[in-house]
Amino acid sequence: MNETVISVRNLTKCFGSFRAVDGITFDVGRGEIFGFLGANGAGKTTAMRMLCGLSCPTSGSGTVAGFDVLREGERIKRHIGYMSQRFSLYDDLTVLENIRLYAGIYGLSHRQTLRRTAELFARLDFRKERNQLVGALPLGYKQKLAFSVATLHSPEIVFLDEPTGGVDPLTRRQFWELIYETAAAGTTVFVTTHYMDEAEYCSRVSVMVDGQIRALDTPAALKCRFRAESMDEVFRLLAREAKRGD
Amino acid sequence: MRTLSVLLQKEFRQLSRNKFVPKVIVLFPIMVMLVIPWVTTMDVRNVGVTVVDDNRSTLSRRLVDNIDASEYLSVIAVCDDYAAALALLEAGETDAILEIPDDCESSLLEGRLKKMNISANGVNAMKGSLGSRYLMGAIAQTLAEVQAEKGLPASVEPTVVRNFYNPTLEYRNYMVPALMIMLLVMICGFLPALNLVGEKETGTIEQINVTPVGRFTFTLAKLIPFWLVGLVVLSIAMLLARGVYALSPAGSVAGIYAAALLFVLTMSGLGVAIANKSDTMQQAMFVMFFIVIIFILMSGLLTPIDSMPAWAQKITLFLPPRYFIEIMRSIYLKGATFGDLWHDFAALGVFAVVFDLIAVAAYKKRS
Repeated sequence: MNETVISVRNLTKCFGSFRAVDGITFDVGRGEIFGFLGANGAGKTTAMRMLCGLSCPTSGSGTVAGFDVLREGERIKRHIGYMSQRFSLYDDLTVLENIRLYAGIYGLSHRQTLRRTAELFARLDFRKERNQLVGALPLGYKQKLAFSVATLHSPEIVFLDEPTGGVDPLTRRQFWELIYETAAAGTTVFVTTHYMDEAEYCSRVSVMVDGQIRALDTPAALKCRFRAESMDEVFRLLAREAKRGD
Repeated sequence: MRTLSVLLQKEFRQLSRNKFVPKVIVLFPIMVMLVIPWVTTMDVRNVGVTVVDDNRSTLSRRLVDNIDASEYLSVIAVCDDYAAALALLEAGETDAILEIPDDCESSLLEGRLKKMNISANGVNAMKGSLGSRYLMGAIAQTLAEVQAEKGLPASVEPTVVRNFYNPTLEYRNYMVPALMIMLLVMICGFLPALNLVGEKETGTIEQINVTPVGRFTFTLAKLIPFWLVGLVVLSIAMLLARGVYALSPAGSVAGIYAAALLFVLTMSGLGVAIANKSDTMQQAMFVMFFIVIIFILMSGLLTPIDSMPAWAQKITLFLPPRYFIEIMRSIYLKGATFGDLWHDFAALGVFAVVFDLIAVAAYKKRS
């Protein structure tokens, strides 16, 4: 594996006596598309929020983009992008206004903002939508926009939490094309999903069960190890062991 | 600075597109200023008086006429015995009873005036006590007139009272500046809290929290728009006070605006701090409501601080509206200057800084 951009050792998050994330350890290399799988309630979102500096780990250690997860949360934020499970751009601002807001927050210059905005509209094929309020966009457009805003400042790593929930297969396909382009340009993609066909697209995949990582390898190696036809089967085999409910 | 400016642009755009907030900012001051000054009056008028006239003389008739002529008093009935008058009092038809003794006129002429009895309904303490004071005044005036006409020595020395600053003792003049403060407490306290908890509930704050935006910058962007909102609200209220009640500040308008800026910063800091500590709209609103009630009832807005017990007066020192009320009433009614009020301005400044720092500290980008 080439240069490591995420490195985590025994990372744990407890809410009272409940161990939402229970000592996870893994590394992610630059340019990888890292699939982070697990059933509902397995602890994926909690783990991702710790890596993004949104949640403070209870114990363990880790670095993201070379910065300490425990102490340098705010510095990590300059080097990552994050797209939450719930759409969280401003519904009452237009597409262009949302983009300019985040460009300003990430400190892009006026010229950079213009260039990135032009690139983004060309890539997403947004024309008349640019001055439309975001709240009025269809879900598929919203998700592509959220992804574009999360990668606006060319971060080293982009975290995507169930980015394609609830959209049609065609839009999902287009979304994954965006992910591939981004990864090809050198950005590491850390993605959670419930769609096992998407898991097949990842360079490596980890499967979380009850707050712990039960398996971590390339999709091909995992299928071979569990003697499974598809990632779907691998997931079923592992998720069956879960003791936590939804 | 760039971050602050893009965040401010965002706040103002959202404010202008909001369907609810701009209406509140304009309609709330109009409704409050047009309606509330008429209904919160503590001036006592229309005190009903029943006279038990045992004398039936020229003097007693003159007393009844003079009482009825007073703008505060009206004679409900003239009875022959006290029991009938008491029945009226118990039925709530009269507020006070005046008994004129049977030898009233003759005793006056002999120069040794008999005492008259006033009985007042004390359920509404204000109306009871002020009503009997007005009644005493009307009687004393009538007696003095009669004594002067008949060349008798005056038995009551008439006193002259002059009220400075609010010459007619209009309760409305006292209330209008207080209502402006109440408007700022409500609008500049509640709206920032609603705005920020709203961002929590829709999840938009999560996207902000994952950016390197500073806590201070973000909080400042939430506070600054309410400066403008506060100025708009105050200006509408002051224009209405002038147009409808002919009440203009006796002192400097600039002083009022300066104090309002500090006060708005304090109130919106409080709103933002509470929103930062609340997870839901209901929680934030409940806590805000509790604090605002204390502010309105305890800081001298409706009742004078001097009449509160000593321990309560000490508590009021920690309530920011107290200082703003002092400034507003002094400038509006007395024409006080910054030099007279600098300690109130200083106190407001300290509150603004402290509350806003608390607002920044309460904002956690990481849970």
